[in-house]
Amino acid sequence: MSTTTHDAPSAGSYYVPHSSPWPIIGSVGLFVTMMGGANLLNGHAPTLLYCGLAVLIVMMIGWFNNVIRESQAGLYSPQMDRSFRWGMSWFIFSEVMFFAAFFGALFYARDYALPWLDGTSASKPMTHELLWPTFEERWPTNGPGRVGGTFEVMGPWGLPALNTLILLSSGATVTWAHWGLLKGNRRQLCLGLAATVGLGFLFVALQAVEYSHAYQHMNLTLGSGIYGSTFFMLTGFHGAHVTIGAIMLTVMLLRSLAGHFTPEHHFAFEAAAWYWHFVDVVWLGLFVFVYWF
Amino acid sequence: MTATTAGHDAVHDGHDHGHEHAPPRGLWRWLSTTNHKDIGTMYLVLSLTMFFIGGAMALVIRAELFRPGLQLVEPMFFNQMTTMHALVMIFGAVMPAFVGLANWLIPMMVGAPDMALPRMNNWSFWIMPFAFALLLSTLFMDGGGPAGGWTLYPPLSLQTGAAFPFVILSIHMMGVSSVMGAINIIATILNLRAPGMTLMRMPLFVWTWLITAYLLIAVMPVLAGAVTMLLTDKYFGTSFFNAAGGGDPVMFQHIFWFFGHPEVYIMILPAFGIVSQIIPTFARKPLFGYASMVYATASIAFLSFIVWGHHMFTVGMPLAGELFFMYATMLIAVPTGVKVFNWISTMWRGSMTFETPMLFAIAFVVLFTIGGFSGLMLAIAPADFQYQDTYFVVAHFHYVLVPGAVFSIMAAAYYWLPKWTGHMYDEKLGRLHFWCSAIGVNILFFPQHFLGLAGMPRRIPDYALQFAEFNMISSIGAFIFGFSQLIFLWVVIKCVRGGEPAPAKPWEGAHGLEWTVPSPAPHHTFQTPPQITEAEAHS
Amino acid sequence: MSAFRPCGLAATGVLGLWSAAVHADFQLNMTPGVTAVSHRIYELHMLIFWICVAIGIVVFGVMFWSVYHHRKSRGAVAAQFHESTTIEIAWTIVPVLILVGMAIPATKTLVQMEDTSNADLTIKVTGYQWKWRYDYLGEDIGFYSSLKTDARQIHGETDKGEHYLLEVDRPLVVPVGRKVRILTTASDVIHAWWVPALGWKRDAIPGFVNESWAKIDQPGTYRGQCAELCGKDHGFMPIVVVAMNQPDYDKWLADTKAAAASERNSADRVWGKAELMAKGAEVYRSCAACHQASGEGIAGMFPPLIHGKPFSGPEALLEPLRTRGFLSADGKITVGPLDKHAEIVLKGIPGTPMAGYAGQLSDVEVAAVLTYIRNSWGNDFGDAVQPSMIKTLR
Ligand code: HEA
Ligand code: HEA
Ligand code: HEC
Ligand code: CUA
Ligand SMILES: [Cu+2]
Repeated sequence: MSTTTHDAPSAGSYYVPHSSPWPIIGSVGLFVTMMGGANLLNGHAPTLLYCGLAVLIVMMIGWFNNVIRESQAGLYSPQMDRSFRWGMSWFIFSEVMFFAAFFGALFYARDYALPWLDGTSASKPMTHELLWPTFEERWPTNGPGRVGGTFEVMGPWGLPALNTLILLSSGATVTWAHWGLLKGNRRQLCLGLAATVGLGFLFVALQAVEYSHAYQHMNLTLGSGIYGSTFFMLTGFHGAHVTIGAIMLTVMLLRSLAGHFTPEHHFAFEAAAWYWHFVDVVWLGLFVFVYWF
Repeated sequence: MTATTAGHDAVHDGHDHGHEHAPPRGLWRWLSTTNHKDIGTMYLVLSLTMFFIGGAMALVIRAELFRPGLQLVEPMFFNQMTTMHALVMIFGAVMPAFVGLANWLIPMMVGAPDMALPRMNNWSFWIMPFAFALLLSTLFMDGGGPAGGWTLYPPLSLQTGAAFPFVILSIHMMGVSSVMGAINIIATILNLRAPGMTLMRMPLFVWTWLITAYLLIAVMPVLAGAVTMLLTDKYFGTSFFNAAGGGDPVMFQHIFWFFGHPEVYIMILPAFGIVSQIIPTFARKPLFGYASMVYATASIAFLSFIVWGHHMFTVGMPLAGELFFMYATMLIAVPTGVKVFNWISTMWRGSMTFETPMLFAIAFVVLFTIGGFSGLMLAIAPADFQYQDTYFVVAHFHYVLVPGAVFSIMAAAYYWLPKWTGHMYDEKLGRLHFWCSAIGVNILFFPQHFLGLAGMPRRIPDYALQFAEFNMISSIGAFIFGFSQLIFLWVVIKCVRGGEPAPAKPWEGAHGLEWTVPSPAPHHTFQTPPQITEAEAHS
Repeated sequence: MSAFRPCGLAATGVLGLWSAAVHADFQLNMTPGVTAVSHRIYELHMLIFWICVAIGIVVFGVMFWSVYHHRKSRGAVAAQFHESTTIEIAWTIVPVLILVGMAIPATKTLVQMEDTSNADLTIKVTGYQWKWRYDYLGEDIGFYSSLKTDARQIHGETDKGEHYLLEVDRPLVVPVGRKVRILTTASDVIHAWWVPALGWKRDAIPGFVNESWAKIDQPGTYRGQCAELCGKDHGFMPIVVVAMNQPDYDKWLADTKAAAASERNSADRVWGKAELMAKGAEVYRSCAACHQASGEGIAGMFPPLIHGKPFSGPEALLEPLRTRGFLSADGKITVGPLDKHAEIVLKGIPGTPMAGYAGQLSDVEVAAVLTYIRNSWGNDFGDAVQPSMIKTLR
């Protein structure tokens, strides 16, 4: 087996893993999850969805364990490391484009659709005149149909500002942890990571508070017209990404505690940190365009 | 050349990280493989299967349109066929075929042992059959499959019944697969090239795929976002595409086509790459204008992001928007023209022979260009008001997709089959397949130009009497073309099962690393990279 | 054995297009149309077409010359050149110039088209699944226009008429020589209003209004179709425009106004059952698109309107029917009390394709269609629904 090969990978040789059960397990898991999700939306019980998610979780644990073991066995040459780096960078780029779709929706709705509906745009004047003559609202709005009823707007300077602070500091702590790692200072690494993870989950918790406030006291829901739609879709997907990032960092914390990383060899940590910074940057966009302006 | 081959063989015995033993056998081998050749094969088989399924749906469409009146199917089922035909052909036939070719060829062309991320490679593939199981299963549900066109425009697509979430989630799965596949290809190309294989020495197929992969990563997530909004509009009360809530149905079209237009180049850039490999081989002459080919590909990719509005000239965009999209779209003719001119200059004063791959490549150049011309006509916004959503558009995109993308895939299959199987295919049958296809495809799609100009809208199951003649001709062409593909199936099966043994380099004029290894290519190639010199590159 | 085939076909196509100009009865080419705009578009179309043909002849000509002469079987020896900066620059710049040559007239035409100001008359066109509504703004008249072709023609049970699928019950009528501004919108999904002879199509988008215009040269009947996939009967929502001289148009306008007024008055009198059934059968045509002429609906999508027929489908469709009392526990349609029945027709069932018809149908029409449903296909409620009752229910 590959793990019996002890010589460090020399330049020019490349570790090609053996056949692996995880991808097909992952495909089946994804299939069952999607089928379960669709059934749920069609009004059936979520059993299938849970089964699929369980398979996916097992797959991820198994797959990552495999990778960690190979990494610890020294099978990954610097060239492999570069492959992983390219892979992670492009993955993050794909995530950026995913968010771009929703930001695009936000800008389009605010800068095109709304001015047509409320009659402030020079083009399509008859839209306002014939169809929505009484609608004069500017952003934020739930549209001429007042979909979802009167709602309050989520201002930027309460929880959102605090959350901005939290995420920005977590960006700093993770960098501090990285410095520790580079210096070979495991204590600093672990402390920094623990702080980051803590801040990450704190962020998620505060966002949950914000959401429940919105639903219970502000009548601001996913159904609150275009404002509610863009607000919850953008912040919701972001929140989901923060959660994933925080879980990644938690794993990194556990691995750091187990002494997995060396100053030269710690791509997994860096990948999680990159991801974290990406999540951070997206938040800045959200704070500015969703909450503030 | 010989040095490289020898070097490779030595390495193959020596530094093999414990791969001596044979891979697992039976079904498990295919389920668990991490080998780029196995995965490439699976992609190609999936693609061919989907081509026949999507093609069978097209034949249902053409059979219904054979004469005026409703004879075979209900309008609703007709719309499901149109929608499914397109989704299956695009996401199931053409894209997986190119990914399969990339898997087989890119590691061999750049001198790499395998793809950069082999396990993920397997995952990318195996998601696809499941995604299509999900998609195709909707045809058997209450209310049937999706019937709103492959473009899924709301509010119509939101009227889909139980099938809706299955369709959306299957599109998500295809997206995940494509993005992972593309990441893998980029990592392989950027990181696993053999020493001396500089970027500007890479074969053009590798170049076009590098850029295609970039397009895929940039736009598949946007499609995912768009369809997610459809899902929440239908099930969670959001108002993205609903004017009453402050949204706009047209917003979906903008997001969709921001994906959709690059998507059509995703389906043609690798084809450009294939043709750029094949023409020099059979002209026995180096590719003309290698560098300008690379720059042209990059320009096309860049422009593809700023032309999406040409699918929406009739939605009532402001004048400035229409002008911008018209100009930007027209510009794409320039780099594409550069490519066409380069291919022709490559043939010019060559020493040409016309084996099946070359026949398909030449037909590609001509027929793709005809499709490009009609594209250019569509780009002229005022004229597009008359063409839009007619069979003129259907003719345009089938010219670029069928004798374009599909012919290039056929050409690639014939060209590399000897390398994959170790046998020569049956040249006589190959030519028969070519001539039937080339004639059939023109009978099928050329009359559709006339139909469109005379005013026949697309996506209709029945039509006025003045369209009867050309529809009948087109349907006859469809059956000729469709059944000719059974010849292809037969050639491939025959070639896999046996035939004249193929030498390492079956084509006299071929160049490139894949021809330095034996045929069939060994399970693991280039465990230690070959060294590439200036002289070997580009020829 | 060269690949001459495609070229031959292309040439056939070119000849075909050219001869189309000669034999106008056998249409291969775009119509020049009957407005200034459509003429310009036609000229633009021919200009680009001939440019493409010319480029094609040069490009394919060179290629086939090479394919013929530079073949190994004729003893050709391959040259080894592989670049030439001069020629590469030339074939980048020349196409740019050609494109500029096309862009200039295209831009002019587009600018002219987008100017909808100073119209003499404005008509609002609304797309419905699957018919059109025309409202003459400022004239207080409006009507629906839907396919007239008999279903038996479509199913091949009788011969197809001359204007098969391109005929409507009530055409749009406009005067010639006047600038008509057309405002397009839709009530349910996106449609597109397209009459080739008028030169352009415009999408009809729910919630938004698009503008276009036409000034027709000659009296005549011009036919077109919905040009955006809008569901099951997208292929069956034609458009017919009748252009009349001003005096004829004025007369038509006066007649139509008078008819509309008497229709409004008829809602107050008591209607007999036979009368209602006859009118109901006519109105029901627009329901038949979904619920079918037989009233049996389509499994999984459109419920039957017949009492006691089973209906199953996605929960999103079943649930609203159940809460309205129109679906029994064992999955059968129960045609409920009249007021509930009328409510569905007037207000629709939100979130499903069943639209509210309050805005589309008059009191008489709603009363008639309800009477028809309640007394057809084995339904036997016996009631004759009065327009006055619908009036109070609105
Ligand atoms: C492989 C796929 C592919 C490719 C390569 C193209 C290429 C092009 N397409 Fe096409 N297109 C589609 C697939 C493709 N398209 C599909 C699927 C649709 C319909 C989608 C749907 O609605 O369902 C569509 C629709 C579509 C439309 C919308 C039509 C409508 O709905 O109204 C338009 C409009 O501008 C357009 C334009 C173009 C142009 C300008 C090119 C250019 O890239 C072509 C450039 C090539 C040439 C011009 C020929 C070679 C050049 C020369 C020889 C040089 C000299 C030439 C000149 C200077 C003229 N396409
Ligand atoms: C790569 C993409 C691709 C490919 C390869 C094709 C291939 C074909 N397409 Fe398609 N097509 C699209 C992409 C493609 N198409 C798209 C994007 C649309 C728009 C959809 C929309 O409007 O939303 C479309 C729409 C479309 C229409 C318009 C439908 C409408 O507007 O209602 C038509 C009509 O003629 C058509 C025909 C065909 C035909 C005859 C082929 C032929 O090339 C097919 C060849 C046939 C075979 C390969 C059949 C082989 C099978 C057998 C021989 C039978 C044996 C059977 C079994 C074993 C089961 N296509
Ligand atoms: C676009 C398609 C469509 C058209 C046109 C349409 N309906 Fe419906 N109709 C539906 C659908 C879908 C439902 C079921 C909604 C649900 O299940 O919640 C429905 C339900 C109904 C119901 C209640 C269920 C039942 O079976 O009795 C009645 C009554 C009805 N329609 C009457 C009409 C009448 C009258 C017209 C014409 C004036 C009409 N419909 C036109 C789609 C349509
Ligand atoms: Cu209305 Cu198509
Ligand atoms: Cu496009």
